[in-house]
Amino acid sequence: MSSSSVEKSPIDNSVGVIKPKTIHFDQELALVCGKAISQYDLIYETYGELNADHSNAVLICHALSGDHHAAGYYSEDDSKAGWWDSCIGPGKPVDTNNFFVVSLNNLGGCGGSTGPNSVNPETGKLYGPDFPIVTVKDWVESQARLADKLGIETWAAVVGGSLGGMQALTWSLSYPDRVKHAVVIASTPKLTAQNIAFNEISRKAITSDPEFHAGHYYRHNTVPTKGLMLARMIGHITYLSDEAMGEKFGRDLKTAEFNFGYDVEFEVESYLNYQGKRFSKTFDANTYLLMTRVLDYFDPAAEFEGSLERALKHSTCGYCVVSFSSDWRFSPERSEQLVSAMVKAGKPVSYAEIDSPYGHDAFLIPTERYMSIFTAYMSRIAQEVNANAS
Amino acid sequence: MRADLRVIEPWVEPNTQVLDLGCGDGTLLAYLQEKKKVLGYGLEIDAKQITSCIQKGVNVVEQDLDKKGLRNFADKQFDTVIMTQALQAIRRPDSMLDEMMRLGRQGIVTFPNFGYWRCRHYLLWHGKMPMSKSLPHTWYNTPNIHLCTFRDFEVLCRKKNIKILNRTVVDANFEQSRFALMWPNLFAEFAVYRIAR
Repeated sequence: MSSSSVEKSPIDNSVGVIKPKTIHFDQELALVCGKAISQYDLIYETYGELNADHSNAVLICHALSGDHHAAGYYSEDDSKAGWWDSCIGPGKPVDTNNFFVVSLNNLGGCGGSTGPNSVNPETGKLYGPDFPIVTVKDWVESQARLADKLGIETWAAVVGGSLGGMQALTWSLSYPDRVKHAVVIASTPKLTAQNIAFNEISRKAITSDPEFHAGHYYRHNTVPTKGLMLARMIGHITYLSDEAMGEKFGRDLKTAEFNFGYDVEFEVESYLNYQGKRFSKTFDANTYLLMTRVLDYFDPAAEFEGSLERALKHSTCGYCVVSFSSDWRFSPERSEQLVSAMVKAGKPVSYAEIDSPYGHDAFLIPTERYMSIFTAYMSRIAQEVNANAS
Repeated sequence: MRADLRVIEPWVEPNTQVLDLGCGDGTLLAYLQEKKKVLGYGLEIDAKQITSCIQKGVNVVEQDLDKKGLRNFADKQFDTVIMTQALQAIRRPDSMLDEMMRLGRQGIVTFPNFGYWRCRHYLLWHGKMPMSKSLPHTWYNTPNIHLCTFRDFEVLCRKKNIKILNRTVVDANFEQSRFALMWPNLFAEFAVYRIAR
């Protein structure tokens, strides 16, 4: 055996073994919906080291079903890395040799931050459907408080894909002096009617499950797994492209020939069922409902008579916007709308449309051009951080 | 330093907004950002060039001029709209000039002169489409689908009521020669035009 045949294991090529932390906040958080949360927990992870002047911090914002576990592993023999391990770690686009990376589970989530499946301190019972509707703006407020506690006055960058990109954009609008760069990937300035329609089907799938019990399924010791499974299956189709599904499954059958029945016969059916089932066992249905609503309500231009350009007026950060050619959920046109508004508002912005067959999910897949754009932009930020620190 | 930068730089006011159509690797914008503190945007479609722009800290937007045009930008949004060595490669140079005049207070355009004596000589002598260092492509596989002479360009500008504010004619090395100044359409290989409406 030659020594050159020794390969680095995935864990060595990552941020390593990670332990999440939780911070309790007891200052009331007033929400856009008019309600308030009196106290809450946020669970988060950090990767890399914060530099002396606290100028190298990067916030990672997760998408609909994501959580705080963005990179690394939970133990030496953990087989599953964080959801964006391909992009966060030593030598990766968000290079932990340069940056101190913070990733949290958002308020209303089910990964350990306060959400519908947490105890409401005022009643002593689980929130369930009574958990107030939060918005992207509320998340940014809660993230700003987390930043305060971590001693981060300004983010070198706020980075996110899909719903995460909406948070990055909102950061730059709500706290222009606290963000140097916003990286908005596979995102949109607002949902289209079609997007909302798909969300509504997902919600109906959940709420019409007999086990849903108007959101109080915890009290009945049950979970609306069937509804959640359906919701995920529908969602999943919108994350992939026709081309990607065709490539992955085609019309392949599980068995040698047709059975002329209604059981699972095609590989694509089997895949969707598997994904749906797995998801329904780990994700909270009320959180799913909430997340789809957060998406529906997102529209930063609404306060400015629909003008994104005016919404962007006070932002001071640099933007990097990335879209994917086969993404039909948040298509390249949506990103281009955002980019045009940024140029009209005179904001620094770079935009790339990556040619990719993987649909909306492409933002999670480390394809070559995507990685080179992402790396180029983040390296530029690292250079800025170093130039200002020295 | 790229020779055309020296010609273009004095025409760009400090602290203004510049749009570079077909910005390549961002060299011109990086130069103007440093020298003139402009807010620059480049449009480009080549993946490698886009990455180079980002590495240089130049704002670059992936946009295909032939497919998407420039409709997503507002009237007089920029002080200067630049197009270097690309006019001959787009589908409708005439509408592009209109768009440049719509978006910017002034335009700067450079292109190779098809009336250059070597081109004329090549065609006359060989009876074939001219090829040279600055026009290295075969007629059947070339990005240059609308080659023109200085005179062609100036006639078009007149027709469109576009004023030519300055014209700097240069040879292949972007140097000004006596012959080129005297008979530009015959002896100059490139021109850098500053135009406005």
